[in-house]
Amino acid sequence: MSRDVWILGIYMTKFGKRPDDDTVDLAAEAAQHALADAGVTMADIGVLAAGNLMGGAGGIGQALQKQIGQTGIPVYNVANACATGATALRTAIMAIKAGECDYGLAVGVEKLSGVGLLAGGSRAADKDEWTPRGRYGAVAGVDGRIGTETMPGVFAQVGMEYGHKYGGTSFELFAKISEKNHAHSTLNPLAAYTKKMSLDEIMNDVMIAYPNTRPMCSANCDGAAAAVVVSDSKLKTLSLEQQRRAVKVSASILTTDPWQEACQILPDVNTLTRNAATQAYEAAGIGPEDLDLVELHDCFATAELVHYDNLMLCEPGGAVDFFESGATWRDGTTPVNVSGGLESKGHPIAATGIANIWEVCHHLRGEAGPRQIENAKVGLAHVIGLGSACGVHILERSAA
Amino acid sequence: MTAPVPLVDYLVLDDGPHLRAHECVNCGARYFDRRNGCASCFGTEFRDARVATDGEVRAFTIVAYAAPGITTPFVAAVVDCDGTSVRGNLINVKPDPEHVELGMKVRLATYVVGTDTTGAEAIGFGFEPAN
Repeated sequence: MSRDVWILGIYMTKFGKRPDDDTVDLAAEAAQHALADAGVTMADIGVLAAGNLMGGAGGIGQALQKQIGQTGIPVYNVANACATGATALRTAIMAIKAGECDYGLAVGVEKLSGVGLLAGGSRAADKDEWTPRGRYGAVAGVDGRIGTETMPGVFAQVGMEYGHKYGGTSFELFAKISEKNHAHSTLNPLAAYTKKMSLDEIMNDVMIAYPNTRPMCSANCDGAAAAVVVSDSKLKTLSLEQQRRAVKVSASILTTDPWQEACQILPDVNTLTRNAATQAYEAAGIGPEDLDLVELHDCFATAELVHYDNLMLCEPGGAVDFFESGATWRDGTTPVNVSGGLESKGHPIAATGIANIWEVCHHLRGEAGPRQIENAKVGLAHVIGLGSACGVHILERSAA
Repeated sequence: MTAPVPLVDYLVLDDGPHLRAHECVNCGARYFDRRNGCASCFGTEFRDARVATDGEVRAFTIVAYAAPGITTPFVAAVVDCDGTSVRGNLINVKPDPEHVELGMKVRLATYVVGTDTTGAEAIGFGFEPAN
């Protein structure tokens, strides 16, 4: 019996400022539309996996059920930093692979508009007396005194480290990556920002953490995404239209960061991504050269560069030349982030790991409108949550 | 006079200021925080290891936007100290891309973070250009 799992329905809400919608509203919008897209109802769903990272009190899954359908099924509320959405999806996929049910629903949602720095956003005032505290025996706050805890600063160093290792990077190079993604966003009506930006505009915008200026950082915004997954055996009983639009999950991989020298000094976002990609290509039986499009985790422009290499889209050390060749533009050989990426589409954290799958599915179904990658058959979606967790999904168009 | 205290317990102020790592006796992995075990080999025995004070900048960023109370801009960096990676700020250098570069040679330096109500100074560390 085939253990293949398919995406039957999927939906991404408009990303951006959604002041009139709360977290549950957004999750419900995504879930109800994903169910409609799949042609099923909550009565069919056998497992729900849901993620919401910054919303405070847990239980987004149950809160969602109370608005869209309390059927008594198991709920997994998952949290895995920026990989939360991918983790929710994989949880639903695992339940189907385990034979527990035929249909699963995965939802990721976040309200982030106007939040500002997500880490390193505050540092306690110094105390009246120096008393060692915590695992480093620190007598005062260390953020800003011993490096930085801010994400723009951490990921800036990730990109700079690649430059130190292989050469060829510059402020301008990283800004050009952002220029690409902002250009791509003009074709995505669901993106939080859809404005084309020139290289000059990007480089002269507010500096956040050199070399990342503001438009080179992922955009905090509100949004949700949801997916309905189905077993292979159940799919075969559904309508030809459902089978035609179903997207095969050829690989669903989750990794964490294995120990490497320096990984507790600066997070190593490379090794776990490379490991996830290696496992995903093997599971899917395809190689990076087969990919028609890639949505990768450009939480910062400096991060996108290293993931070209980590996902093996280029030769080791060849990310700069690969980008400079134009390969990752929408009309290139390996289009990357045609959605506009996190820098312009936005990054409502727990939604991101399903929203990137939605983008890939949209192309594989031939429904991506003006930004459609012609005849797209295979795509890869990648997320990384610092801490770290990496999700890689490889998706293939239905042969039906 | 009250003795100065280090900002973090892995900064050793006497015997020439230097950093002290917890080194796994089994595999040699080095850490700066209090340990429950080794993340690399799962060993539970550690010894103190003196970290080289000279190093090379392997990565940096110039942070312009940080939490309230943190003076910006400042340079956050990863410094390779003879094979041991260290997180720290680059100090005694102008925080701009013209004065900071990948691969630059640096050395450990200390500075006064502040003085508490008992009159004790807290001493922090950073890395300054070696040349």
